[in-house]
Amino acid sequence: MASAEQVAKDAERREIRDRWLLSAPALIIIFLAATGPLLIVVVYSFLTPGPYGDVVWKFSTDGWLSVLMQRDIFDDTLAFADAHLSIFWRSAKLSFMTTILTLLFGFPTAYFIATRPARQRDIWLFLITIPFWTNLLIRTFAIQEVIRNEGIANTVLIKLGIISQPIQMMFTDFALMVGMTYVYLPLMVLPLYASMEKIDFRLVEAGYDLYANRFQVLRRVIIPLVKPGIIAGSILVFIPALGAYVTPRVLGGSKNMMLGNLIELQFGQGRNWPLGSALSLSLMAIVMVALLLYVRAVGRRGGAHG
Amino acid sequence: MPEQPGRSAIEVRGVRKVFGTGESQVAALDTVSVSIRENEFFTLLGPSGCGKTTLLRLIAGFDFPSAGEILLHGQDIAPLPPFKRPVNTVFQNYALFPHMTVAENIGFGLEMLGKPKAEVKARVAEMLKLVKMEALSNRRTSQISGGQQQRVALARALAPQPKVLLLDEPLSALDLKLRKEMQIELKRLQHETGITFIFVTHDQEEALTMSDRIAVMSSGKILQVGTPWDIYDKPAERFVADFIGETNFLTAAISGMGNGKARATLKSGATIDATVAEGFQPKDNATVVVRPEHAKLTSGKGDLSGTVENIVYFGTDTHIHVRLDSSETFTVRQQNTRSAGCGFERGDKVGISIGNDAAQVLRD
Repeated sequence: MASAEQVAKDAERREIRDRWLLSAPALIIIFLAATGPLLIVVVYSFLTPGPYGDVVWKFSTDGWLSVLMQRDIFDDTLAFADAHLSIFWRSAKLSFMTTILTLLFGFPTAYFIATRPARQRDIWLFLITIPFWTNLLIRTFAIQEVIRNEGIANTVLIKLGIISQPIQMMFTDFALMVGMTYVYLPLMVLPLYASMEKIDFRLVEAGYDLYANRFQVLRRVIIPLVKPGIIAGSILVFIPALGAYVTPRVLGGSKNMMLGNLIELQFGQGRNWPLGSALSLSLMAIVMVALLLYVRAVGRRGGAHG
Repeated sequence: MPEQPGRSAIEVRGVRKVFGTGESQVAALDTVSVSIRENEFFTLLGPSGCGKTTLLRLIAGFDFPSAGEILLHGQDIAPLPPFKRPVNTVFQNYALFPHMTVAENIGFGLEMLGKPKAEVKARVAEMLKLVKMEALSNRRTSQISGGQQQRVALARALAPQPKVLLLDEPLSALDLKLRKEMQIELKRLQHETGITFIFVTHDQEEALTMSDRIAVMSSGKILQVGTPWDIYDKPAERFVADFIGETNFLTAAISGMGNGKARATLKSGATIDATVAEGFQPKDNATVVVRPEHAKLTSGKGDLSGTVENIVYFGTDTHIHVRLDSSETFTVRQQNTRSAGCGFERGDKVGISIGNDAAQVLRD
């Protein structure tokens, strides 16, 4: 007769096996779709660039060194070069501005939607998400149509006699800001709305009741309560903005490069895949550090539901 | 500041509040006028949808009246936003700020009024002591119990020393025992602070035990304003009599009116003395109410006669339901003693005698 101990042991073993089998799909996806590709990028960043793109399987740290340094073509010495660093900085600055702008425009929009009667809200949300269904490239070209020298904005201003010469907006940071703010606005509005919708508006009334004027209610009651949405929205906008590729390419031109374009360059004309890989990994590292700092900074005074 | 007793703190004059437009228009308040005295514990009592909360929100300033005036110490406050009214509210579910501690919640109003930090701190400490919450001042509001949240909500509303404190069903979320405790606590706070309390409730017992005066509301109107004693013993309308406590309704012919009193001839033929509601218009069949505890059951002949239909024992007293010969029902409440039963059994033929000061003639 099998001892009770034996039966228990078998059952336990079976359970362990089942657990692995059941989690296999998740593990496979995590490895194939997330960890695996990332490992390839890490490996590539330590290889030598091939003459026509691709890589040669020879270990090299040049990819990483090139992120911040430049090898002199004559005497082969390494010297600090800020070309990439300035693009990093520029990207971070523009992404930060995009985040601020989407927050400024998105906050009132989300508040407006959240304060509509429940039945109307879906319609407003639907309107916000419509641009998502249009191809990003098309939307970006549409903006180009508005702000180019012969575009709608300049034509109207000239017709109205406000300006006599078209204002050069294309291929400037302004064009980039308009484009990125427009493209990323829904990503800010939706999480903001999600946390505003949960606000108990009696808290707003309580604020008014306790002598807070509209601005004080906004600052002391609404914003702290919407903080999770502000954090989520800022992350959702800042990260893709940092790696933005299409918008800076179309609206910013070749001079106003952002990180995404720089990385693309290495895999295309630059034929330097290891550098491209190293740059992407640096971008990831920056995002992670920025995220950690941000969450710690805004979370310090304790989240609304902490 | 010496206050004249009986001066009105809040005066509501001909206030209407209409929600919606066109066909779907609803008058939540239909030309309501009431005067609330200083230092008074005033209760707005009525079933849900009667307009009591609407009236409270108009006084607080969360909504604006469609017509009429609301005076605070003689000054019309109806057009002022809530943050410019020296009136504070205790909300039904407390509406404490979840992102602040207990102390921060209590200090919020004072801070918004721009009081110096030291003063805010001192006042918060005083308030914490008043509601016995000193030990929990640094807790988040999500970390304290319902009864404690209730105290914090009270302290928060009292801290800025409002002229009038509005309480919107503040006890409805508490369990029975805690509710009884808070009723006493509220009375104590009102007494200690000397602030006018306007209390909204649908609980008639709560209204009777706590209030100096009660306004009974129904369908956007105030039906009667009076002391708990007035409201209970001298209801003006059927709704008031029915909503508060248990009552027997009888049909009677009224004669000999004068000095607020009259003679009421019941269907049984007996004639009893009755007080008459204000605004009573003489008519053939008036309604007379008699509270169950103001009538007495006898085995002999009384003002009414009938058959005992049911006997319900309640511990402190016994309710005896009698089917009158005129086919109406009548309930008599009889105080219990330890030694004996109620002295009657189902099917007994009984008489009911109504005391000299037991009946009230309604105006509707």
